[in-house]
Amino acid sequence: MRRHTISILVNDQPGVLQRVAGLFGRRGFNIESITVGASEEPGLSRMVIVTTGDSRTLEQIQKQLYKLIDVIKVVDISATPMVARELGLIKVDAEPSKRPEILGIVDTFRAAVVDIGASTMIVQVVGDTEKIDAMVELLKPYGIRELTRTGVTAMTRGNR
Amino acid sequence: MSAQTATLKSKQELIEKWSQPEVITGSEMLLRSLVLEGVECVFGYPGGAVLYIYDAMYGFSDFHHVLTRHEQGAIHAADGYARSTGKVGVVIATSGPGATNLVTGIATAYMDSVPLVIITGNVATSLIGTDAFQEADIVGITLPITKHSYQVRNVEDLPRIIHEAFHIANTGRKGPVLIDIPKDVSAQKGLFKPCKEVNLRGYNPTIHPNMKQVDKMLRAIEEAERPLLLVGGGAIHSGAFEELYEFVTKTEIPITTTLLGIGAFPSGHELHIGLPGMHGNWGANMAIQNADLLINIGARFDDRVTGRLDRFAPKAKIVHIDIDPAEIGKNVPTDVPIVGDVKTVLQTVNRSVKRAAKADAWRAQLREWKAQRPFTYNDSDTELKPQWVVQMIHETTKGDAIVTTDVGQHQMWVAQFYPFNKPRSMITSGGLGTMGFGFPSAIGAQIGNPGRTVVSINGDGGMQMCAQELAVCAIHNIPVKVAILNNQVLGMVRQWQEIIYDNRYSHIDLAGSPDFVKLAEAYGVKGFRASNKEEARKAWEAALAHPGPAVVEFVVSKYENVYPMVTPGSAIDEMILGDGE
Repeated sequence: MRRHTISILVNDQPGVLQRVAGLFGRRGFNIESITVGASEEPGLSRMVIVTTGDSRTLEQIQKQLYKLIDVIKVVDISATPMVARELGLIKVDAEPSKRPEILGIVDTFRAAVVDIGASTMIVQVVGDTEKIDAMVELLKPYGIRELTRTGVTAMTRGNR
Repeated sequence: MSAQTATLKSKQELIEKWSQPEVITGSEMLLRSLVLEGVECVFGYPGGAVLYIYDAMYGFSDFHHVLTRHEQGAIHAADGYARSTGKVGVVIATSGPGATNLVTGIATAYMDSVPLVIITGNVATSLIGTDAFQEADIVGITLPITKHSYQVRNVEDLPRIIHEAFHIANTGRKGPVLIDIPKDVSAQKGLFKPCKEVNLRGYNPTIHPNMKQVDKMLRAIEEAERPLLLVGGGAIHSGAFEELYEFVTKTEIPITTTLLGIGAFPSGHELHIGLPGMHGNWGANMAIQNADLLINIGARFDDRVTGRLDRFAPKAKIVHIDIDPAEIGKNVPTDVPIVGDVKTVLQTVNRSVKRAAKADAWRAQLREWKAQRPFTYNDSDTELKPQWVVQMIHETTKGDAIVTTDVGQHQMWVAQFYPFNKPRSMITSGGLGTMGFGFPSAIGAQIGNPGRTVVSINGDGGMQMCAQELAVCAIHNIPVKVAILNNQVLGMVRQWQEIIYDNRYSHIDLAGSPDFVKLAEAYGVKGFRASNKEEARKAWEAALAHPGPAVVEFVVSKYENVYPMVTPGSAIDEMILGDGE
């Protein structure tokens, strides 16, 4: 079992997310995270799905995806050097007395405070999954009110 | 029907007539586009959301419309038409319940890779998503069981969508494509421009094989001492009858054909070893388990063929030819994957393939195995045996009929006791195993093959799942010969309950079924009944001689089992052999 990051170029059609997600569901493939957005070409979107499975499962995922008419290209980008990033927003309890400590953590992670309320702050952190996990762990003692993560988006490094 | 056929204009005339750009309604666009795709017959059932389409069909004579009595009958008929002709079957139904009644038929076609184009109406665009009267998200419901689907939002997209749908349905690995047309779109006017090109970036089926893999296959054939073919529905879908015949006669490799592969190769040929799998013959299963090279041609290693996977073909190097790359390696690890169209692949291979020279001892062995334990049953003088009826039907139709079956014991007996020599002649729901398929699919097969004898063999259970379509046979005088093997029980379920569930017969008694002769006659169809061999032959011959449709009810013994049988979880050489043994 390995974690794979798959980049899927699809037609920007109604229902295409449903087709892809449904395929994963009914064939018993796992989805850890899924992101969708515009690609470099008008009319096409790019999805990035993080999944786990052995090499046979991964091969089936790729082949089954190619059977969808709206799927143009499937790449297992985790097979090559890649950049993978996600963004997390963390609303943390932050009484004025605690703020300097929290700001210290935020600085160390090169994260940012994007909102300050009477007793809370929203911290925005960008990085790979492990970095966001670490940030969450460090902020837990202060009390996390709400957490939201985008899921991983990724691309291969270099000229590929 | 023949009179109607005469009114169809020549194709060329029609294409010229309908190819002119013109401002027309979506409904008219649909009809014209269907004509331009070469459609001769559609099966359907009207309703609120397709009223504009049916209004456009009023007086329209450039293709036939067959009004069935249930949408499920319509789609199975379209399926039978497609399987027996190789053309795309077309079905039309209204929104909501009309569309959901198609679901079983869509799944049936999807599992067996049958090309269908399914047109459903839907509520008007402005009402979609409001739980409007007779609204159902049929595109969503059928996502897992269609090759592709469309909902038409702009009337001028219709010609392109229909052209793409036919292309997708009948190329690559074939399958059903659904087009959902909201009511306002079918009413709206737009400029009709016939679509002649397909531009689908995400759809390019691989037709030609990779030559490196072909070379590997050729080498494997040269080296093999115990080579065997496993041929499935893909060989029939790709129209590879002649190529396969040439391949087998050149290489002299023994061949087995799966349920859907029946007819891909003449079963009377000495190299034909039989049917593999759960109810296959002993020789075919032994052949697979002992082969050192298994060449799968257009079959998908279904669990009914493989039995217990980790002990399937344990000694064999696996070559797998399939147009769908996802089938290769899905169930059985493959040594030589060949993605491509079976016909094209075999044409390529046939140019250089030679006789498998090291396999003479194996050929002799398989001949012996085949002869040693053929399909058999205990015949009786007092009871009518269903296997005997199937053999009698084979004999009286000279083995040359198109036979559609329903699902269950009789289906297996047809596979065992009605040897076929031509492709597209055994029409059966293999993958989904759909009861209710047998009879309506015969209607479609007969419409597609007016010159051939079409026989539909059913059980008393499945016949009651679509019996209402007798009306269609009667009204259009569609001369399907329906055999009902009536054992008054759900036979295959009974067999499993006997063998696997310790004789605990739970809810399988079909007492209370109608008098099938009266049922036929109530629809104006000729009915016969037979309880012994003499009556059976007489009734069946009378049915065959009758110019119109006929139903023959054969009252057969209740306790007959299909043998051999490989129980779930067993390897395919662990067969329970029959009473006849």
